[in-house]
Amino acid sequence: MNVKVMILVIAAATLLFSAVSFAAAPIKIGALFAVTGPAAFLGEPERNSARMVIDEINKAGGVKGRKLELVAYDTAGDATKAVQLATKLIKDDKVVAIIGPSTTGETMAVIPVTEKEQIPLISCSAGSKITDPIKKWVFKTAQNDALAVGKIYEYLQKTKQTKVSILSVSDGFGASGREQLKSQAAKYGITIVSDDTYGPKDTDMTAQLTKIRGTHAQAIICWGTNPGPAVIAKNVRQLGIKTPLFMSHGVSSKKFIELAGEAAEGIKLPSGKVVVADVLPGSDKQKKPLMAFVMDYQKHYKAEGDHFGGHAWDAVMLLRNALENGADTAAAIRDQLEKTRSFAGIGGSFNYSPQDHAGLGKDAFVLVEVKNKDWVIVK
Amino acid sequence: MQFDQILQYTLSGLSTGAIYALIGIGFSIIYNATGIINFAQGEFVMLGGLLTLSCLELLKLPLWAAVPCAVAVSTLVGILFERLAIRPLRQPTPINLVIITIGGSILIRGLAMLVWGKDTHAVPPFSGDTPIAIGGATILPQHLWIFAITLIIIFINKVYFYRTISGKAMRACSYNRRAAGLVGIDVKRMVLFSFIISSAMGAVAGIIVAPLTMTAYDVGVMLGLKGFCAAIIGGMSSGASTVIGGLILGVLESLGAGLISSGYKDAIAFIILLLILFIRPQGLFGKADSERV
Repeated sequence: MNVKVMILVIAAATLLFSAVSFAAAPIKIGALFAVTGPAAFLGEPERNSARMVIDEINKAGGVKGRKLELVAYDTAGDATKAVQLATKLIKDDKVVAIIGPSTTGETMAVIPVTEKEQIPLISCSAGSKITDPIKKWVFKTAQNDALAVGKIYEYLQKTKQTKVSILSVSDGFGASGREQLKSQAAKYGITIVSDDTYGPKDTDMTAQLTKIRGTHAQAIICWGTNPGPAVIAKNVRQLGIKTPLFMSHGVSSKKFIELAGEAAEGIKLPSGKVVVADVLPGSDKQKKPLMAFVMDYQKHYKAEGDHFGGHAWDAVMLLRNALENGADTAAAIRDQLEKTRSFAGIGGSFNYSPQDHAGLGKDAFVLVEVKNKDWVIVK
Repeated sequence: MQFDQILQYTLSGLSTGAIYALIGIGFSIIYNATGIINFAQGEFVMLGGLLTLSCLELLKLPLWAAVPCAVAVSTLVGILFERLAIRPLRQPTPINLVIITIGGSILIRGLAMLVWGKDTHAVPPFSGDTPIAIGGATILPQHLWIFAITLIIIFINKVYFYRTISGKAMRACSYNRRAAGLVGIDVKRMVLFSFIISSAMGAVAGIIVAPLTMTAYDVGVMLGLKGFCAAIIGGMSSGASTVIGGLILGVLESLGAGLISSGYKDAIAFIILLLILFIRPQGLFGKADSERV
C-alpha cells in the first residue's frame, strides 16, 4: 500500500514538473464583461468574441511563442462588482491588461483602480467621458456616442429636418446620449422642440409620443437600448405618427428588428459597419476583418456577430498588436497601444495618440435604414 | 388638439388600468380567502405571456389552443406553489407568509430566466395591429381584446362569487375563517381555489397584454407591484372597486406621464399608493375596519 502510493506520487510529480518545464508562461489578459444582468446584450457577445479571437491566436501559435490566457469575470452590469473583480484581476490573477467593462457606469468606477495600479484598461463602452479628459492608462474601443449623434445630425441638416423631438431612456446610456444631442444641436442648426424620457422597463410610451405628436417635430430621435425602442416603434405606428423615427446605435442588432416587427421598417440609425459588412464596397479597409469576424462568430456561436461583440474583438487585437511589437509589461503595452495607427478593426479604423485614447473618427459609423427586415446603408 | 391628446392618454391609461385591475383582483381574492398578500402574483402574469410564446413557437399550437394551455400550466404552478410553500406552514404569521411569497416570486423568476433567457420576446397580437381611430385618438385591436376579456372575467367573477356554492363559501371564509370552518366549509380547499383562480387570472392578464408590451422574465415585478396598488386603492375587494382602482391608477399614470413629466411615470403609481395608505388605508371604497371592544 505504501509503496504503491509512493510510486503514484513520484509519477505525478514527474509529470507535473515536466509539463511545466516545456511551456513558456502564458500572457494573462483580464476581462470584465457584464454577461448577466441588464447589460447582458453587451457582455455576452463581447465575452464570446474575446474567447473566439484568443482561441484563434493561440491556435496560430500565440504571440511570440507565448499563449494568451483570458481570465474573464462576469460583473452582471454592477459597478461595485466590477471594481472588486478588477482588483482581483490585478492583485490575484496578475494580468498585464484588462479588457472591458461593458458599460460606461462600470468603466468610470474601475478607472481609479487601474490608474492607481498602472494597468492598461481597454474599455468596451461608449461614454465619451471615459477618454475625455484623457487618462494615461485608459483606452476604449467603442465608438463615442458623440460620433453617433453627429452622424444623425449631419443627415438631418442635409435633409433640412431640423426640428427634432428627443425621447431618451432614463439610464446612463440614455442620459449620455441626451447630453450629446443637446450640446451638439446648435452646431448643426438643429432645434430641439421637446425633450422626454422613459424608464428602461416601461411598456407603453404612447403618452410621451402623443405629446410629441402635438409638437410638429420633423424628426423623432429615440435614444435607448432594447426593449424600449421596439415598444416606441410600435407605439409610433399605433398612433399613426408619420414623422421619421431615428434610433441610437444601442439597437443596431437584428434583435431590434425582431422585436419591433413591421414597425421597424424605415427607421434610420447610426451603426458600426459590422451589420452591413456584406454590402460594403471592396475598397473599404474594414471589409476584410468585418467579413472574417461575422463568419467566424457565426461558425462558433451560431448567431450573428454584432457590433457589440466587435468591441471586444478590437480590444484583443489591439493588445495582440502591442504584444507583437515586443511589449510584455503593463507599461510597455500601454506605450505600444498609444502608438497604434490605422488599425482596421470592427468598430472602425483606430488611431490612438497621447492626446486621443478613443481612436475613432466619424467614419466609424454608417447611417443605416431598416428595409425588408434587413439593414441597408443610407446614401 | 388638447382634447385629442387627453383622449389618447385616457384610452391608453384605461387599457393599462384594465391589466392592473385583473392583477389586483388576483391579489384581493387570495387576500380575502387567506389573509395573505401573495407577492408572487406578478410572476403568474409573466408566466402567462412566456408560456403562450412557448406554446406558439415550440409546440406550434394555434393561438386558440395555446392560450388555454398556457393558463392551465400557470394554474398548475399556482397549485404547486400553494401546496409546497403555503400549506405546510406551521406558523402562518403574516410576516412568514409575506417572506415566503416574496421568496417564491424570486424562485419562479429565476427559473423563468433559466428557461426563457433574459431576452425580451415579441408575441403576435390576437387580431393584427392596424390602428383604430376613435375621435382624435388611436387604439389597437389588442386594446379592444383587453377591454373585452377584462369585462368577461369580471362578469364571471361576479357570477362565481355570488351565485355558486363554492364562491359563496370563499366569501364566507373571507368574512370569518373560524365561523366558516364551523359551518362545514373546508377552509384549506378554499385556499387552494383562491390560488387557482388568482393564478389563472394573472396568466390571462399576462397573455392579453404581452402582444402590446412584449414579455420577458422580469415583467412580473413592476406589474405585480402596480396591481397591488390597484388592489389597495380598491380596498382589497374582489369586485368592482378593485377594477375601478386599477382603471384610475392606469389613467392617472398615463395623464401624469403625458401632461406632467414622462420620467415620473412609475413614481405616480407609488405616490398614489402612499397617499391612499396614509389618508384612506381601507381604500377608496372600503368601509373602515371597526372592532368591537
